[in-house]
Amino acid sequence: MATDNFEAVAASAGGSVASFEPENVSLGERTQRFLHNYPTAAPAFVLLMAVAFFYAIIGGKFLDPFNLSLVFQQVTIIGMIGVAQTLVILTAGIDLSVGAIMVLCSVVMGRTAITLGLPAELALMLGLLAGAVCGAINGFLITRLRLPPFITTLGTWSIFFALNLWYSESETIRSQDIAAQAPLLQFMGISFEFLGARFTTGTLSLLALFAGMWYALNHTPWGRHVYATGDDPQAAQLAGINTEKVLLSVYIVAGVICAFAAWTLIGRIGSVSPQAGQSANLDSITAVVIGGTSLFGGRGAIVGTLIGALVVGVFRNGLALAGVDVLWQEFSIGLLIIVAVAVDQWIRRA
Amino acid sequence: MNAVTKLEPILKGRNMVKRYGRVTALDHSDFDLYPGEVLAVIGDNGAGKSSLIKALTGAAPPDIGDVYLAGALVNFKNPMEGRLAGIETVYQNLAVSPSLNIADNLFLGRELLKPGFLGKWLRMLDHQKMEQIARDKLSELGLLTIQSINQAVETLSGGQRQAVAVARAAAFGSKVVIMDEPTAALGVKESRRVLDLIKDVRNRGMPVVLISHNMPHVWEVADRIHVHRLGKRHAVIKPSTHTMSEGVAIMTGAMDPNDHPAGAYALPAGAM
Ligand SMILES: Nc1ncnc2c1ncn2[C@@H]1O[C@H](COP(=O)(O)OP(=O)(O)O)[C@@H](O)[C@H]1O
Ligand SMILES: [Mg+2]
Repeated sequence: MATDNFEAVAASAGGSVASFEPENVSLGERTQRFLHNYPTAAPAFVLLMAVAFFYAIIGGKFLDPFNLSLVFQQVTIIGMIGVAQTLVILTAGIDLSVGAIMVLCSVVMGRTAITLGLPAELALMLGLLAGAVCGAINGFLITRLRLPPFITTLGTWSIFFALNLWYSESETIRSQDIAAQAPLLQFMGISFEFLGARFTTGTLSLLALFAGMWYALNHTPWGRHVYATGDDPQAAQLAGINTEKVLLSVYIVAGVICAFAAWTLIGRIGSVSPQAGQSANLDSITAVVIGGTSLFGGRGAIVGTLIGALVVGVFRNGLALAGVDVLWQEFSIGLLIIVAVAVDQWIRRA
Repeated sequence: MNAVTKLEPILKGRNMVKRYGRVTALDHSDFDLYPGEVLAVIGDNGAGKSSLIKALTGAAPPDIGDVYLAGALVNFKNPMEGRLAGIETVYQNLAVSPSLNIADNLFLGRELLKPGFLGKWLRMLDHQKMEQIARDKLSELGLLTIQSINQAVETLSGGQRQAVAVARAAAFGSKVVIMDEPTAALGVKESRRVLDLIKDVRNRGMPVVLISHNMPHVWEVADRIHVHRLGKRHAVIKPSTHTMSEGVAIMTGAMDPNDHPAGAYALPAGAM
């Protein structure tokens, strides 16, 4: 009990509690803080460097509008799944089932439209509904049974994938059949040329999806609650936020986005294959992590994921154009993830 | 003043019990906070002070026992209910969301939406208005002289974070403000600001509950002092009748509160 310093305490009255004078800090610390405050700065820098690097070794062919728009097309699926993954990772979770949800939903769309012969609009709705149900199952297991997201979604990944093989009977639905019976399912593959570049409705939808999620995360109460839940769930609860409801909504929205990506996947490859999109899980996590979203939750920006997906796309495309073996593409992507995670750790110590 | 009026506590707890496994954090405890007063709560570590306020606010409802606000039975089941009823709390150690900025933290869970279509249908936040109000509230409380209400709270020092939490409670509390060791992490100057703030809040007519280990602070601002011991209200004393060392002696069990001439239960001024 500091009874003796009472006078001293009283004498030092005044002065502001929160005066925010800048302190003397080293360049390293300042960089740390800058990255802390602007989480997309690092991935943007990496993207610029990557573009400059591949321009230097490949030349004009790389910066050709057609090639750049190809990069965009190549990252459409990763980008969409990345939006879902960002949302989950912001809550300090992870969703390993995103790829399986996407394939399962594409099979639901294809089978109900072609095999059952339902109207394409209805098939599309059923696919989106399947995504919501898958997400709700994840969310239920994580919030109600309090299972860790990593293990939960590892389990549901396996389950959803098995359901996908069962419902598809391991058969591919041919592109011609879809084009003939349910062209709506290939809507996302419609392409058009613009200023020498080639765009698809899928690419435009990707941009719309990012814009929508950016709005939801930054300009609605729900978005603020997602950040707060990932940041410090107990503090969020004491502030009156129902964190279980927020988590449940996040997994459901992620499931619906995966279903949307399923529609886009059908547009991109034309057919419905139970084996498509296998790499989506890891690629989406790569995009999110390179994009500067912290695996520890509460920190990151959706724009970073778009940049992260583009970094992955630029690396793959540039290395391919440079004639480098695919194994070195994998090698460099792996290296990128590790560097990105290391930077995340370092920033967190700010 | 009229004839002596029977003063009703604004916040009242009766017979509250809270067990965590084999630990009894609250053991049939009572609590009374009267309008307009600063009630300090003192007690050893583990005496159950934080459990007491969590029981009152709904953050950790008691297993049995009742909570009354202005005479009405409320028994809040979650912190949101307490908050909606006008009780603002600075919880020990769990003040804020670090990666959100100051304005977002102040309005967390009670965000303002843009008027009209944007707010109603697009749920669009009114960032400008919230920042404006945050700036006004903080400077009104003398807590903020800064440019950057958009600064992430984690970039602030521990004391500054605490100040944000204190400001949030002081700014939004409409019936009761509760602070659980708000100055524990603060330096001398910062603690002084918080104490002045508590007096400000009281002077505006708002009752305050202050949990603190700092006896000089308690004796300076409190009207009455609830002494918590072994999960119970052990005594209620007054700075005007008890010295700090008597208070500490009662708190640690070295003195029986009934042995003091002023007795073991002090009523607020104006109550009978
Ligand atoms: N969430 C909890 N889980 C288990 N035990 C708890 C919990 N909260 C408090 N306790 C226990 O209850 C007792 C009272 O704690 P607390 O109310 O925090 O006391 P104080 O705030 O006076 O230090 C302590 O023994 C503490 O360990
Ligand atoms: Mg405590």
